[in-house]
Amino acid sequence: MKAIEFADVSFRYEEGGPLAVSHLNLSVEEGEFVAVLGHNGSGKSTLARLSNGLLTPDAGSVRVFGQTVNEKNLFDVRSQVGVVFQNPDNQTVATIVEDDVAFGAENVGLAREEIGKRIDFALRAVGMEEYRHATVARLSGGQKQRIAIAGVLALMPKVVILDESTAMLDPRGRREIVDVVTRLNKERGITVILITHFMEEALLADRAIVMNRGELVMEGAPADIFERREELVTYNLALPHIGIICEKLRAGGMDVAYTLDAAVLAKEIAKCVS
Amino acid sequence: MRIVAEHLFYTYNPRSPFETAALKDVSLTIEEGEFFGIIGHTGSGKSTFVQHLNGLLRLPSSLKKYRPKKPRKGDVSRPKTVLTVGEFDLADKKTDFRALRRNVGMVFQYPEYQLFAETVAEDVAFGLKNFSEEKLSPEQIAAAVKAALEVVGLDYEEMKDKSPFELSGGQKRRVAIAGVIVTRPEVLVLDEPAAGLDPLGKREVMELLHKLHREWCKTVVIVSHDMDEISENCTRAAVFADGRVRYVLPPRELFRHAAELGEMGLDVPLTAKLCAQLEEAGVHVDCDYTTEDFCRAVLAAWREKKEGAR
Amino acid sequence: MKDVSFGQFYPVDSFVHRLDPRLKILFLIAYIVAIFLASNFYGLAACAAVLVLIVIFARIPFGKVLRAIRGVTFLVLFTAVLNVLFYSGETVYWEWGIFCISFEGIIFSLFLALRLVLLVVCSSMLTYTTTPVSLTDGVESLLTPLKWIRIPVHEIALIMSIALRFIPILMDETSRIKNAQMARGADFESRGLGKKIKATIPILVPLLLSAFRRADELGDAMDARCYTGGKHRTKYKKLRFTWRDAVAFLLGAALIAGVVVMKIYLPAPY
Repeated sequence: MKAIEFADVSFRYEEGGPLAVSHLNLSVEEGEFVAVLGHNGSGKSTLARLSNGLLTPDAGSVRVFGQTVNEKNLFDVRSQVGVVFQNPDNQTVATIVEDDVAFGAENVGLAREEIGKRIDFALRAVGMEEYRHATVARLSGGQKQRIAIAGVLALMPKVVILDESTAMLDPRGRREIVDVVTRLNKERGITVILITHFMEEALLADRAIVMNRGELVMEGAPADIFERREELVTYNLALPHIGIICEKLRAGGMDVAYTLDAAVLAKEIAKCVS
Repeated sequence: MRIVAEHLFYTYNPRSPFETAALKDVSLTIEEGEFFGIIGHTGSGKSTFVQHLNGLLRLPSSLKKYRPKKPRKGDVSRPKTVLTVGEFDLADKKTDFRALRRNVGMVFQYPEYQLFAETVAEDVAFGLKNFSEEKLSPEQIAAAVKAALEVVGLDYEEMKDKSPFELSGGQKRRVAIAGVIVTRPEVLVLDEPAAGLDPLGKREVMELLHKLHREWCKTVVIVSHDMDEISENCTRAAVFADGRVRYVLPPRELFRHAAELGEMGLDVPLTAKLCAQLEEAGVHVDCDYTTEDFCRAVLAAWREKKEGAR
Repeated sequence: MKDVSFGQFYPVDSFVHRLDPRLKILFLIAYIVAIFLASNFYGLAACAAVLVLIVIFARIPFGKVLRAIRGVTFLVLFTAVLNVLFYSGETVYWEWGIFCISFEGIIFSLFLALRLVLLVVCSSMLTYTTTPVSLTDGVESLLTPLKWIRIPVHEIALIMSIALRFIPILMDETSRIKNAQMARGADFESRGLGKKIKATIPILVPLLLSAFRRADELGDAMDARCYTGGKHRTKYKKLRFTWRDAVAFLLGAALIAGVVVMKIYLPAPY
């Protein structure tokens, strides 16, 4: 089943302005983990907002589980497609963790006991059970984002979209978030769309796509995408650090595979040197 | 200007339920001309420390209303606190803190959020006008603003009349940095200068800092939790944890302490990880953990082996 | 990291802290009524005794209580002086034109000052022992009847609680922006209104922009979680009365009854 399907979608923020998304065709299968890469302004955030009806396309259509997104089914679409945003400070409504996680479930009018169960489930899924009664303001950036994910999970969505949710975090926070979404995908079969500008994060996905000026310009397995490095550079994407090391060693004449896995690279080097 | 801190203590909200000791006996010297790194988690005291450097946080003894307390019974006697930046004694209430701020530029996290003026030129000139003793002529201001914008890699003619709010994220950050360095501070302190930027933007900002270090400010201090950033750029780095300084070492020596850093929840740079894994495989790579030097060392070892085989 | 303690909330765990916020609000109203019903010092003494009990049970340090009073010292002294000077009593000590100082005047102004102090201390006990959030919850719940006359109680309460949530963030942001501008030589200590207003622009503009940006993002995040206003909405947390609330309720009722009884049966002390 196709979770999300973009059919020739175009969108611009203001009339006469540039197309933020232009004739985009894209489909994401249920249970898939897709990474979306692109430099700032490439249209990747617009993609997230079009997927759950926060924005409506100017042309073309967006379908969620076969249903074309429109005014009437927004409620339904939004409880199926959860979006987590960038700034950890600007997504929580309540002061206490459990109250915030409850917010979405309250909005759709669930019974008290059911909301309680949803909070249990959502906090467990992001590994934050112990923080149920904590004050959101005192959590770290990574923890705040995990709460934001839990807040979305309380609606039992089938798709979770992270719109640059790791951009403002420190390395530890980034790792926390990536771990959580990988687990959601592998263990609970939730479809994940990870929008990021860190290529290292995209490695974990089943499929990566690259956006540039509102268009989908590259698509494929993450490892294959990173192989096409000249192309990546033209889309203003920087190679990950490990890629640069591989390149330099190869330029020096060493025969190491182009890999993005540190352990593999270490083995390769050891083989050449000893 | 040399920065010397000895036995620095700082407590937020003293004598309240929110009391937190942010600095517990911090001693640290930063030599003139260094590209110094400060590492640590949120709450490790690193931000509190750097805010002392230009007097945004003050030692009690430098405040007007300060009267030395008579020691009471049970008081633990503390060693004397010293804090100097060049010739400025920050423990002294007679110190000219304005002059200090002029000489120690401070770029906060996400500095683009402090832009406020109608045009880029006006915003950059803000600090200049505030700090100058006599009124500057429009030509003098324009010349200084032009120089500052150009050193951060922006075109003066193209930028000066634009609103700072219509620029791209990377440009905004450059304008904000220009607004700090316009007074030509000798020391430049930056808190997470690359936070929130994409990898390309990060690289550009670090290149900019090196340029500033070469041409503009003698000493650069960056606060960062990106270990790659530290190992690639810094001459020395201090590790803060729980209000104390744990290490002050050049990256080359610092990142040999991977296990101890790991205990503090801190990472090591990718090159150090690769070195550790190679060590396990029986290959010793001697390098200072910059990408450049790591590749050099690996290639050298590889060539040596090839020669030997022949 | 700085911990911004917003409002007055004093974070300890106590009997009073755990009371239902609605009860605390109602108790405060009852208490104010009692203070104003009390027409003699016996009544006020009873009120004061109850308040002392509350302070002890709330485990609020005495210094905090004093601080609450300090804020209104001027007001209390000012009204007391006026009362002393203008009250026309019988036992006159000193007279000059329309001013006169009498025994009754002194007693009366003492009485009023005490009333004011009790009022202030009791109100601050509410904010010391109740988090802003449960305060808004309490207000929302108490205002529920207004829904029948189409007042958007839920929205008002939500706005209040979001405001309370963002106040520490914005305060933090203000000090960050202020620091950044101070590092650029901005002078916030200069005298003169014109200069002062001009000095705030470098803080206000970035602060407003940031507030709008945050509001925008929060709006999106709320939409994304199916927020459509108060309709069909359920609430996870219900405020519930417990034995503590019952005890406190009885105490409040006893206080008012006691004050009324004293008002009727005991003579005024002056």
